[in-house]
Amino acid sequence: MTGSAASPITSVLFYIFALMAVASAVLMVTRRNIIHSAVFLITTLLATAGIFLQLEAEFLFVVQIILYVGGIMVLFVFVIMLVNLDVSLHLIQFNRQKYVAGVLAFVLTAQLLIAFWVGRSSLNLGDARAMDPKNTEAVGQALFQRYMLPFEIASILLLVAMIGAVVMAKRRV
Amino acid sequence: MSDTRTDDRSKFGEGVNATVLGADEIILNMGPQHPSTHGVLRVKLKLDGERVVGSECIIGYLHRGVEKIAEHRSYQQFAPYVDRMDYVAAVSNGLGYCEAIEKLLGAEAPPRARVVRTILTELQRIASHLLWLGTHALDIGALTPVFYCFREREEILKIFEKYCGARLTTHAFRIGGLQYETYDGFEQDVKRFCEDFDKKVDEYETLLTENRIWVGRTKGVGILSAEDAIALAVTGPVLRASGIKWDIRKAAPYAAYDQYEFDIPTRQTGDTYDRYVVRMEEMRQSRRICLQAIENIPAGPIMARIGKVLKPPPGEVYHAIEAPKGELGYYVVSDGTTQPYRVRVRPPSFINLQAFDKMARGSLVADVVAIIGTIDIVLGEVDR
Amino acid sequence: MNHLIPPSILPYVLPVLYGVVIVAVLPLLAGYIVLLERKVMADMQARLGPMRVGPHGLLQPIADALKLLIKEDIIPVKADLFLFWCAPVLSVTMALLAYAAIPFGPAFQIADLNVGLLFILAISSLGIYGIVLGGWASNSHYSLLGALRSAAQLVSYETAAGLALVSALMLAGSLSMKDIVQAQYDQGVWFIFVVPVGFFIYLVGSIAETNRAPFDLPEAESELVAGYMTEYSGFRWALYFLGEYANMVVVASIATTLFLGGWLRPFARYQDHLFGTSVELLDILPTILFLGVAVYSFWLAPKQPVKIQKIVMALVGGLCLVLAVGMAGALFAPDAVRMGVHGAFWFLAKVFTYIYAFLWIRFTFPRYRFDQLMRLGWHFLIPLALVNVVVVGTTIVLQQNWDWRHPMLTAIVTTAIMLGVAAFLGREDKQHQAAVEAPEP
Repeated sequence: MTGSAASPITSVLFYIFALMAVASAVLMVTRRNIIHSAVFLITTLLATAGIFLQLEAEFLFVVQIILYVGGIMVLFVFVIMLVNLDVSLHLIQFNRQKYVAGVLAFVLTAQLLIAFWVGRSSLNLGDARAMDPKNTEAVGQALFQRYMLPFEIASILLLVAMIGAVVMAKRRV
Repeated sequence: MSDTRTDDRSKFGEGVNATVLGADEIILNMGPQHPSTHGVLRVKLKLDGERVVGSECIIGYLHRGVEKIAEHRSYQQFAPYVDRMDYVAAVSNGLGYCEAIEKLLGAEAPPRARVVRTILTELQRIASHLLWLGTHALDIGALTPVFYCFREREEILKIFEKYCGARLTTHAFRIGGLQYETYDGFEQDVKRFCEDFDKKVDEYETLLTENRIWVGRTKGVGILSAEDAIALAVTGPVLRASGIKWDIRKAAPYAAYDQYEFDIPTRQTGDTYDRYVVRMEEMRQSRRICLQAIENIPAGPIMARIGKVLKPPPGEVYHAIEAPKGELGYYVVSDGTTQPYRVRVRPPSFINLQAFDKMARGSLVADVVAIIGTIDIVLGEVDR
Repeated sequence: MNHLIPPSILPYVLPVLYGVVIVAVLPLLAGYIVLLERKVMADMQARLGPMRVGPHGLLQPIADALKLLIKEDIIPVKADLFLFWCAPVLSVTMALLAYAAIPFGPAFQIADLNVGLLFILAISSLGIYGIVLGGWASNSHYSLLGALRSAAQLVSYETAAGLALVSALMLAGSLSMKDIVQAQYDQGVWFIFVVPVGFFIYLVGSIAETNRAPFDLPEAESELVAGYMTEYSGFRWALYFLGEYANMVVVASIATTLFLGGWLRPFARYQDHLFGTSVELLDILPTILFLGVAVYSFWLAPKQPVKIQKIVMALVGGLCLVLAVGMAGALFAPDAVRMGVHGAFWFLAKVFTYIYAFLWIRFTFPRYRFDQLMRLGWHFLIPLALVNVVVVGTTIVLQQNWDWRHPMLTAIVTTAIMLGVAAFLGREDKQHQAAVEAPEP
């Protein structure tokens, strides 16, 4: 499946993923139930992963799912479940700022649309080339050869965060 | 873990009745209907996170007023009732009762009856331990031993059925001896069972004794020290696993036990694993007794001459036997009539269950099921 | 046929066909694995298992499915309806989705992703949501705790299993499932013989990942803490169950592909042609196997007590004869058919062997307590898997540099080192055990 092949199936799939992402994002911010919001965030991330796959960035596709959806979102969901947040279900929106917020959102949307329309000629992107070497190998080589130092620093950062979390959570017996 | 709310605690003691709970403490109820409490037992656990900090056993769901019924039955009429107390090991109950009344009457069962009683009681001990092993393993998650144990138990129950017609509530003995002569082939059946049985116990041991997971689930769980065991009047395999070598069959022999050689298995630590090892070894020793006994069953009468209507002279007697679960005692008071004045049963399960709190404190919730199983209780005996 | 289908759809036809076949067959297969489990359980417990529904219980899964379909659908009050509906569906969907990347034969694969293995791991990590959301949606404190525990267990053992897979991955050099099997063919040895420790870590990890005994505390601890499936009845529960067994087949398929040679026949490179024909000697094995089973069935058939069981035995024998003939016939068919049929046979044989090991372990061992389970995962398996990766990687690089290239050497060196590490970790575990056992003062 090449990037912008005329194949209608590819386009259809893209539109499906894009629609899923947008719809999930909208649902996510409009739900009252926090767990439902989390579930829609998951679907948004999955749709994004689908788009990555269409761009032939398959490593990013799986890593998005493994790390974001399978790791970070699991953490989110755990926290939401353990901290009783259904108090938000009973909150009544009583401030009047929503009208001001609506006006501002409309203005922002108008600005964005105008920006897109004016600059639409720069939106023609080239074809995504199939990568050579393949995606995973390319990422691996980049991380372990060129970007070794940042990689190690990031690893140590994660290690420190993990140790910190364990120390804070461990009960003093 | 010190709790400074002393007012409520001092009123209700250390039990779960203290209604003031700490921030993390909850009360968990293992209700009367529960797959792992071996009957209708209700256990209230006070939990601090995962640890048990207090417990209370609420019993009485199976109370049938057996001791009160005894006051309105004649001595022979009451004999079938005792089977229903520890219904898993009915023969032992019958033995204790018949011997108690014989003591009251001053009579003695003839030698043949005593030997046959010993054989049947030891077979019953094996059957009771097999049921305990199967259900205990099942609680801990081993799904297979229960079927093997019941396969062996089936052989014993067949012997009982051939002997007295019933498998579970056998009423095998009578006051003064036995009613039924042993059937043709009794010795061969018992011998065949005993010969195969050692290998079967080896099978169970292969599955469990050295198994890392079994050891991990049972070692260090529910420890009962020797001092606590004596203080709580715990008897039976629970006592022997805590290090005290006490068995009524050796200390105050009854039936024909003084004629046979057998060992009393004891262990030191008093945890669940030790109780498991003690009961496995007891099964082997019971088999040893059976083999010795069937070699030489004396000939003779099976019933003492005590007449049909039993009117023991006024007096009282306490007779205890080593039932599979512990010391089963009968305290019988006679007032000279055909009906006893009072029959008090000392049920081993009831008294052993009181050690549950001691064993459960400090353990994890997941271990509570193992601890209940390891005490080996039968609610029929606990509640009577 | 190619000119009938527009070129834009052509690449999708075969994968969709395979997809439909797998989605249709897999629930049935999972149902029959349940029956297999009950029969194996019964066999190990000295009894017979389901015998009534259908001869020898063969229609039991169908009866169970029907029963669950017509059962009352009980939804707890205040349960989150959206999630209550979603969670079992999610569980099953993820289990089925993983089949997209699993090769049943050299040509029988829905999609040969070049990150196939990672894709399957990603889908497994999505499967956690089915459990967590299911526990939440039940609106029961105990269901939620059970679900969270189960999820924690899954996440821990997924790490260990994934690391174990990396060691086999390094030998293959590619993430594509098809390439991994191809590497085993090229190197002439199944990876289980090169990294046996990795295989055992994966075995334990996969048992924990599918919530099977001895790691089934979140499911079986319905005594004190209700498992996440408690509030689900009828077909919703059936979906969870189906998801669990489909998941078992997925992990078995991964193990088969990575460690057991996938669709390769034992001694795949050994070519000894039979009587000068194009038929290889070892390719007759499936035929001989099925013939043997057919003969055994026909021999057993007259011995059955009841007439219908005689007929069933005879039918089973007939089926095995047909399969034997099919296997033999496929040998003379064009290459694609032959490799497809035989490949599928060997693949399924290995998958079922792995599943049999699951069943065997389930009925032999008692259950681990939750803290012991987590301790085993984090204190033993993950360090072992990490060291395994390092050791295997080092050995491979050394082999490349010094030009050794002998799989047995890798096996011996790595296994020796790993056994040492395992002993070290085990000693530390024993110290902890001793500390636990010491009676409290």
